[in-house]
Amino acid sequence: MSEFPSNAKVVVIGAGIVGNFLVGHLAELGWKDIVQIDKGPLPNPGGSTGHASNFIFPVDHSKEMTSLTFDSQKQYEEMGVNNYCGGIELARTEARMEELRRRMTSAKTWGIEARLLTPAEIKEMVPFVNVDILLGGCYYPTVSVVDSLRAGTIMREKALALDAISIHPNTEVLDIETADGAVKAVVTNKGRIEAEYVVIACGVWSPRMAEMAGATIPLTPAVHQMIDVGPIEILGETGNEIGYPIIRDMDVFMYERQTGGSMEVGSYAHRPIFHHPNDIPSIEESRLSPTELPLTEEDFDAQLEDALELMGDILDGAEIKYGINGLLSLTPDAMPLIGETVEVRNLWSAAAIWIKEGPGTARVVAEWMTSGYPELDPHQSDIARFYAFDRTEEHVLNRSAEHFNKTYGIVHPREQWDSDRNQRVASFHDRTQALGAVYFQAGGWERPHWYESNAHLVEKYGVANREHEWDARWWSPIQNAEHLAMRENVGMVDLTAFVIFDFGGPGVVDYMQKMTVNQVDKPVGSAIYTPLLTEKGGFKADLTVMRLGDDYFRVATGAFDGPRDEAWFRKHLPTDGSVTLTDRTEDICTIGVWGPRARDLVSTLTSDDISHEGFPYGTTKEATIAGLSARMFRISYVGDLGWEIYVDMADGPALWDAIYEAGQAFGIVPVGAGVYGTTGRIEKGYRLMGAELESDFTPVEAGLARPKVKSAEFIGKAAYLAAREAPVTTTLCTLSVDDHTSASGVKRYMTGSEPILTLDGERILDAHGRVSYVTTAGASPSLGKFLLLSYLPPEHAVEGTKLNVMYMNELYPVTVERVGSQPLFDPDDARIKQ
Amino acid sequence: MKVLVLVKRVPAPGAKINITPDEQAVDTKNLGFAMSPHEECGVELAVQLVEAHGGESTVMTLGGQEAEEQLRYAVSLGVDNAVLVLTDTDDWDPMATAAALAGAITETEAGEPFDLIIFGNESADSCGYQVGIRAAHALGRPIVSGIKAIDIDGDVVKARRQTVAGLEEYRVTMPAIVAVKEGITLPRYPTMKGRLNARKAEVGASPQPHTPGGQKKVRLVPAPEQVSNTVVLGEGVESASKIVDLLVELGVVT
Repeated sequence: MSEFPSNAKVVVIGAGIVGNFLVGHLAELGWKDIVQIDKGPLPNPGGSTGHASNFIFPVDHSKEMTSLTFDSQKQYEEMGVNNYCGGIELARTEARMEELRRRMTSAKTWGIEARLLTPAEIKEMVPFVNVDILLGGCYYPTVSVVDSLRAGTIMREKALALDAISIHPNTEVLDIETADGAVKAVVTNKGRIEAEYVVIACGVWSPRMAEMAGATIPLTPAVHQMIDVGPIEILGETGNEIGYPIIRDMDVFMYERQTGGSMEVGSYAHRPIFHHPNDIPSIEESRLSPTELPLTEEDFDAQLEDALELMGDILDGAEIKYGINGLLSLTPDAMPLIGETVEVRNLWSAAAIWIKEGPGTARVVAEWMTSGYPELDPHQSDIARFYAFDRTEEHVLNRSAEHFNKTYGIVHPREQWDSDRNQRVASFHDRTQALGAVYFQAGGWERPHWYESNAHLVEKYGVANREHEWDARWWSPIQNAEHLAMRENVGMVDLTAFVIFDFGGPGVVDYMQKMTVNQVDKPVGSAIYTPLLTEKGGFKADLTVMRLGDDYFRVATGAFDGPRDEAWFRKHLPTDGSVTLTDRTEDICTIGVWGPRARDLVSTLTSDDISHEGFPYGTTKEATIAGLSARMFRISYVGDLGWEIYVDMADGPALWDAIYEAGQAFGIVPVGAGVYGTTGRIEKGYRLMGAELESDFTPVEAGLARPKVKSAEFIGKAAYLAAREAPVTTTLCTLSVDDHTSASGVKRYMTGSEPILTLDGERILDAHGRVSYVTTAGASPSLGKFLLLSYLPPEHAVEGTKLNVMYMNELYPVTVERVGSQPLFDPDDARIKQ
Repeated sequence: MKVLVLVKRVPAPGAKINITPDEQAVDTKNLGFAMSPHEECGVELAVQLVEAHGGESTVMTLGGQEAEEQLRYAVSLGVDNAVLVLTDTDDWDPMATAAALAGAITETEAGEPFDLIIFGNESADSCGYQVGIRAAHALGRPIVSGIKAIDIDGDVVKARRQTVAGLEEYRVTMPAIVAVKEGITLPRYPTMKGRLNARKAEVGASPQPHTPGGQKKVRLVPAPEQVSNTVVLGEGVESASKIVDLLVELGVVT
């Protein structure tokens, strides 16, 4: 055994699936002096990996999760610990059959084999399933079972063979020291290790570790119940660890998975049961292991009945040999927590990661640490995605309680949370409430999505409802009506959810230039839309920069990206204090006023010059509106003449009232984010971070490259210059759906992430293997079309090209309408620039 | 035949047991509960005897409402009836427990005695070794304790126990009582169906007065930790000869 080290490049705390793959990948990427510690023994230190079910269903609706899972499976396979057994998701209800058709579509998008089964076909594959209660199923041949403990050992050995690591089991962390906002050392019961980096890969214990350093890792340990039932003759006869496909009985939130001669029956159906990380028993206090708690049988009884109904033939007489309340990690949004913590520099989180995505996620973290940014965009898993209130224990518990029973649930892509609403409201919230606003949450803000007070406009503009309940869920025809009213007269939009940062200090010009692609060193009063790139030239953010003074910039970015963008900005602030960043989000509220009559309306409220010449597009200035000091910014994300108007939060009600009242004479309507975020945006071809824009794509591909490149250096410049010279392999296009009619005669409307296919129904990949899928889907009420945005390789990125889109496992014809960023509606921006 | 088996709810063995700060109780925060291991074998014996000889089995416990969990567990294994002697405090010494159980047994029998009553030899938590014997005395029935094997021959129970001197066999005419030890049977696990049956089973009640015995709890003291030293003999091929040496030393290999 090696001596206990006093120094390390990186200390990785945890030897579960994540810690083990992380040390292996870090070593392979060239890092030395890695120290791995765990309080338990090897190879099974007693965390969630030790009792995991170890099976992988490869299809998820999320691109990021599917990619992480796919890479993980590949890694398991390469080391010979992946056993393909196939798996079937069952449907007991028609709603679930529809969900399985949606799964088929996601499988097609991400290139994973899947096919629908009839009850008879299920019976043929798994003879002991009672198919009388089933409508059908979905079969995935590449479902597999892995040996996660063996895989972990192989990865540690890999790091050992590279002479990159010393490994210390039975070593408990007592403290994590920090200095000047950065991690400094890990104190253990065996000694103190000074380290440049520390990674917390401790699963359910991670919050406790983070707390030692003054950071947060917002997850909760939660119970997942499972029992082991046997012996069962038909399973024993296979002579295999697993000889039958794994069954997911989706409608009752359960699975049945063979383990040799027994059946493991697991559930996500019981009430949410949480444990505080500090209350998890020690290894000595545990009968089995700290994460295998005694089964609370009363919580499992209903599940026994469901399992017997499905597999009574074999489960009836079999004995329950083992049963646990197994602990796993849940987060507020059910995605992992990876990346540098926002509180402590060089303290990283690699937590809330399950077996199926462990190796892939560990690889992402390793790439991120060693090269500055990973290949795969960690947008949804980035621990920096949370606001401060998202990281509170109460929020973690409330949201985890809400989504635990949706683990096998049917979750609509637009679905809103029930719990922890009204975290943040605009100062004029009572005004929007009085107008019957239906709120969606954005960055904790309650943001009107449409207004019931506009219901009468549906008839006026003849907007059709959607026939299918799924397509109409979390949607209203009022959205389209608001859109048309805005285009006809003028609309007002609550934009308070904008995240606003002010930057100042003597170094601010150089700093802003370094961060942004486009030229921001322009005269005071200029405003610049610009991407922010990673070193590799992919999108990190897109936002607006306003030059408010010689040494004063303001940045406005979207509610969903605020915390990630803030972390990125802060990470790059000069250490000499020459640039300051102030979050002004809570101080300022914003109302957008847009439409052909916007200038007529606003001119009744101000004596400032707001003519086209006096207040050109893309500029900002202070103005007095209805007696209030305001900042106006002439810009539009909806494609009409108008301004974003910023005032102090306290002046919000007065501003709202003034605009609303003066607007009556001009036919003003309140307009929700349904228009702002989708219909207005898509017919103008405007891009959205996290949808069209991600680190997989460059500004050239997104159609956002400007004719010239500024001379100043900026992050990602070399890659950006290279991308401008390289042959284009994919371009963001606007497509329209030619016919919405399904086989059953019902008109259907896509929601996003569906695959774009050739006329033969084949997937479309570009030269780098990137698949074409719908990044945004939405109506264009002005054109009477339904539009899709998708990247397409050059052979298909030709206006007029006919293709298909798949939706709920059916094909619909589409036409390529636009290639690049030119909008379909008002292509010359005449409406904006009048 | 009519068989009664007595069980006690105890912390599931296998984990370190913590004592509450006031030293009056076991800290149950992380504990699962079970019946004592001897009693698990007793329950299995009761089920097997009824399977072999017909009749019916009953399980009884003295404890709080939560002790129903152990009664239902016994039912899930195949016991027919369950009776709870409900208590409101945990301060029941062996004398008080035996007196109450004897009362409950008499009430449950209602004049038709159980042919065989099975106690665990001692409970897994307090290890008093007394309750079965005291209850037998109160009921005026013979008891044989430390039993590891049993045969039924007409109305005679042949009960055997292992001693240092050798094997002892007792023949007792029923109705009789035995206190059994782990190993007398191999307990089965509940089936899923058994578990569901148990959930629906009715638990009978036989409340009894609390007649305090002569023993009082002063405080609980955790047992000294058993420290085991692990010596790593080596890694890889070189360690093989050391392992052989050790096996020779232990007399496993000659």
